[in-house]
Amino acid sequence: MNETMTMAAASAAPTQRAAGARRAQLPILALVCAVTALLPLVMQDVYLQNVLILTLMYAALSQSWNILAGYCGQISLGHALYFGVGAYAASFLFAGYGITPWLGLLVGAVLSAGLALVLGYVCFGLKGHYFAIATMVIAEIGLLLVHNSELFGAALGIHWPLGADSWSSMQFARTKLPYIYLALALFVLTWLATYAIEGSRWGFWWRAIKDDPEAAESLGVEVFRSKMAAAAVSAFFTAAGGAFYAAYVAYVDPESVMSFRFSLLFALPAVLGGIGTLWGPAVGALILIPITELTRSYVGGSGSGLDLIIYGGLIMIVALVKPEGLLSLVRPGGAKA
Amino acid sequence: MQIESLLQVFASGLLMGLLYALIAVGLSLIFGLMNVVNFAHGEFLMVAMYAVYSLWVVTLLDPVLLAPVATAFLFGVGAFAYMGVVRFAMRAKSNVSMVQIFATFGLAIFIQGVAQYFFTPDYRSITDTWLGGKTISIGGLFLPAPQLIGGLISIVLFIGLYLLMSRTDFGKALEATREDQGAVALVGINRNKVFALGWGLGAALVGAAGAVLAIFYYIYPQVGGPFALIAYVVVALGGFGSIFGALAAGIIVGLVEAFTAVLIPPSMKTIAVYSLYLAVVFIRPNGLFGRL
Repeated sequence: MNETMTMAAASAAPTQRAAGARRAQLPILALVCAVTALLPLVMQDVYLQNVLILTLMYAALSQSWNILAGYCGQISLGHALYFGVGAYAASFLFAGYGITPWLGLLVGAVLSAGLALVLGYVCFGLKGHYFAIATMVIAEIGLLLVHNSELFGAALGIHWPLGADSWSSMQFARTKLPYIYLALALFVLTWLATYAIEGSRWGFWWRAIKDDPEAAESLGVEVFRSKMAAAAVSAFFTAAGGAFYAAYVAYVDPESVMSFRFSLLFALPAVLGGIGTLWGPAVGALILIPITELTRSYVGGSGSGLDLIIYGGLIMIVALVKPEGLLSLVRPGGAKA
Repeated sequence: MQIESLLQVFASGLLMGLLYALIAVGLSLIFGLMNVVNFAHGEFLMVAMYAVYSLWVVTLLDPVLLAPVATAFLFGVGAFAYMGVVRFAMRAKSNVSMVQIFATFGLAIFIQGVAQYFFTPDYRSITDTWLGGKTISIGGLFLPAPQLIGGLISIVLFIGLYLLMSRTDFGKALEATREDQGAVALVGINRNKVFALGWGLGAALVGAAGAVLAIFYYIYPQVGGPFALIAYVVVALGGFGSIFGALAAGIIVGLVEAFTAVLIPPSMKTIAVYSLYLAVVFIRPNGLFGRL
């Protein structure tokens, strides 16, 4: 296949140049952080702050998806499951036992990573569409199980109890500012994890597996273990994002955190920006989420469906016109480095 | 459980399974032809249901009479989807499978938006039809008329599809294109034309199923989703690209669903179908009838 050859060539690019380009990424991140942190000072509109929070959150979640799908080549269409595990773990522990969402987030992330290992153990033998559909089906089973489980509030879900604003409960009714910083922290952590992986032996292994699993295997890459590691890291951060989202909206129900729509929403920014790239998910989220939110508020509120038309049209256009993602526009040929 | 009620469950599962098979076979056909999974398949079903609905509103003719029109319309929709979208997705040089998945996903969301724009998100239903709400008694079994007719239509279309694929030049061209896309160009077969016709045929088949479904099911912009998921399960269970596999797997899924609905809460019955899918692909990674 053509794809395999060009990608193999890209992976074999001189490592020195790659290392230099890599180091240049950290100041960019610092700049992005500084701009984002200062933005709320000039942007006091609550609606726009909500868009900012969601943009950062989806950038982080899409980056998490990208770790497994973009770097390791395992297209998951079921990441809503891990998002749901994180959201429900934090909500269940906080609403039921008063346990701080910080611990809930960690519990959800670890549970999720464990779940990803179990599911990976059975699913990574499947190839191509069988794998993608298996992830979709498993996430749907998870949704149905939660939907029918009284313990988790069944269809009604779990409401977070009202209380005073505090960092320990991650609840802030009066201001969105703390959520902006939490979402930014989530994004930065996910980004740094990806950055670290990209430069490590794991990163090289994963890309080799994405390019050609058989060839990678024959060169001594531990394919199965690599996929398992990618799945666990990816699920860990996805669940952390889920716990954050639950704290932010102070409410979970099966449809609002586990529906298939989310699996898609995590993948799209990465696809738009450039999968398997460090900045692709962030660039994609920066374009996609504001458009989604604005069209939903201004033309979608009436239920006219125009927002879906625009959204669907945009996805088609990007997939067809710029399959390597928008990042390839600014860095021709370098998007995969 | 008494023998009659067992037979009753068996019959309703079988009929629903035949309909599932009809929904899924177009997906399988397209996959077998060109290795593309159409993630807008559920939306084709939804379009067919709305086509029948709007024709019914305008003409007040019975949906059974309108089904052929909807089927023909969907042939056009499928061919157009190929010519307008999928053809370009096939040209991608990198991330090929990703491009196909998201191009058809984008198409799915786009079609949902169009449906919502013209019909609002409200649930619609077709009332006062010849078949709707009626049951036909056969040998002591009471069978819902729409499902019974749907099952018969499914069988007829499967026989027709088999004959089409095995006895006609068109079928041979499809088979040849699926075997070797490069070689067929040498013998003068236009690959794009075959693919467009393949997409038309695949959409027409799900269109026929949608027309039947419109008689006894609510019609709304997101109606395709759950059926599409079942169609993926059916296709993967039967093996991507296998027509006979889709028929057998559709029936199996219908029966599993019907029998588990007796044993566990109906809201959980799809869990059994999904678990069946997982169990089968873990044991046979290419489905029951897939070419290994």
